[in-house]
Amino acid sequence: MKPQALIAGVHEFPERKTAKSMLEIQALSARAALEDAGLGKKDVDGYFTVAANPGIGPLPIVDYLNLNPKYIDGTTIGGSSFVAHVNHAAAAIAEGRCRVALITYGSTSRSSGVAVGTRERISGDYLDQFEALYGTSTVGLYAMVARRHMHEYGTTSEQLAEIAVATRTHASLNPLALYRDPISVKDVLASPMISAPLHLLDCCVITDGGGALVVVHPDLARDLKKPPVRLLGSAEAIAHTSGGRRDFLVSAAAESGPRALAEAGLSPRDVSMAMIYDSFTITVLVTLEDLGFCKKGQGGAFVSGGRIALGGELPINTDGGGLSSNHPGMRGIFLVVEAVKQLRGECGERQVRDCRVALVHGTGGALGNRHSGATLILGRS
Amino acid sequence: MADYAKPLPEITAESKPFWDACARHELLVQKCRACGTVQYYPRGVCAACWSADVEWTPSAGRGRVYTFTVTYRTQARGFRDELPYVLAWIELEEGVQVMSNIVAVDPAKVAVGLPVRVTFDDVKEGFSIPKFTAA
Repeated sequence: MKPQALIAGVHEFPERKTAKSMLEIQALSARAALEDAGLGKKDVDGYFTVAANPGIGPLPIVDYLNLNPKYIDGTTIGGSSFVAHVNHAAAAIAEGRCRVALITYGSTSRSSGVAVGTRERISGDYLDQFEALYGTSTVGLYAMVARRHMHEYGTTSEQLAEIAVATRTHASLNPLALYRDPISVKDVLASPMISAPLHLLDCCVITDGGGALVVVHPDLARDLKKPPVRLLGSAEAIAHTSGGRRDFLVSAAAESGPRALAEAGLSPRDVSMAMIYDSFTITVLVTLEDLGFCKKGQGGAFVSGGRIALGGELPINTDGGGLSSNHPGMRGIFLVVEAVKQLRGECGERQVRDCRVALVHGTGGALGNRHSGATLILGRS
Repeated sequence: MADYAKPLPEITAESKPFWDACARHELLVQKCRACGTVQYYPRGVCAACWSADVEWTPSAGRGRVYTFTVTYRTQARGFRDELPYVLAWIELEEGVQVMSNIVAVDPAKVAVGLPVRVTFDDVKEGFSIPKFTAA
């Protein structure tokens, strides 16, 4: 049987706007996550980060940190990247390629004035000439999925707003969250329309930020400072334009979710809480359907009536999510940080009671053309 | 034609026949000679079977709006000056989806399922971009 990787340490960089550099954010986060694990710099032998680091992916940050990893991964598939890195770290650990994997992220989107959601979406590749010409933006691509969902299933703006409202309630319990004042469905609908049918409050915030995760071989369990979190299952997938024949209401989560759950031997009913990538409210709604928490098309009803809020059937995004807490451009790492803290019972006022199993799902790219999905099933010790 | 401030495609050998046809106000899709699959966007291989034996074939330029968004805020070059504009996926009669803009239609009148036809925006000499309008 393959060794089951453990998440031994986590850290979320606390600032939402910072004078620190991307590299500095990652160094401070790496040190804190290793301290959280009871490990140190000398223990790290695997390094995982995105190519969005300045320069050539992992090279500058590994140089800056003065590390000599035996295993390096720069997988960059958008906001889900760090969720996928956990999957990759677990595979590397199972194969004996490394024993202590460090995953880091740092971004200064807010202090450098990046309009993450509304900037021109040009990737510099062949596909631009059939898409970017038409004024694509990240929010526009997600808005098209929201519009189609409304058309096929009668989903309403009020139902989407329920997601933003529940998430803000959670943010009000997180001292680090960017926005903590409660909002109502009416507030969401009254906020400016960005790309119809998505309003400003259907969209994630823009912040600086970063963090780090430490994934280790199970042999190290006794050396750790805190009870580690077990990785019970993990999977990833990509959904794209499929040659021009795509059902845009089915996301990559429809593939990665069932595979991760099957590996864990669990079903959606076993999940105590979920961390669902919330670039926009529609991202959450489609993802919950595809993960099997409700049937396709019933996401609108599912997210209503407090079901996804603390105390509900499936609390999600208890940190306040990208919608209210932080979103520096690639939020996946925070999904893992919060899930681990919930499973360790460290969340104070926003703690999910008897949290045994957490599901993490990262989405990277855009639902409206191509995106990645990465799912983790995490269990407490 | 005024100076076109929006992004222009970087045409490569792979896509040149498509853009040459647009300049003649013809919309092309591709059909695989090996497996018969019709595809869009055009590329050097069939997306279904990876055969390099794909042929250009004219589209009737008619279809329906699969989904769309009316954009009110954007940083996209050129588009900032003509808000709101409509970004859409159109499903052509040939069965493939095309990303484009819906133009010369009141954004409030655009709906999923709206019948549309291709129209060409002549953005500079010898160069036209396929967009769609109400059929």
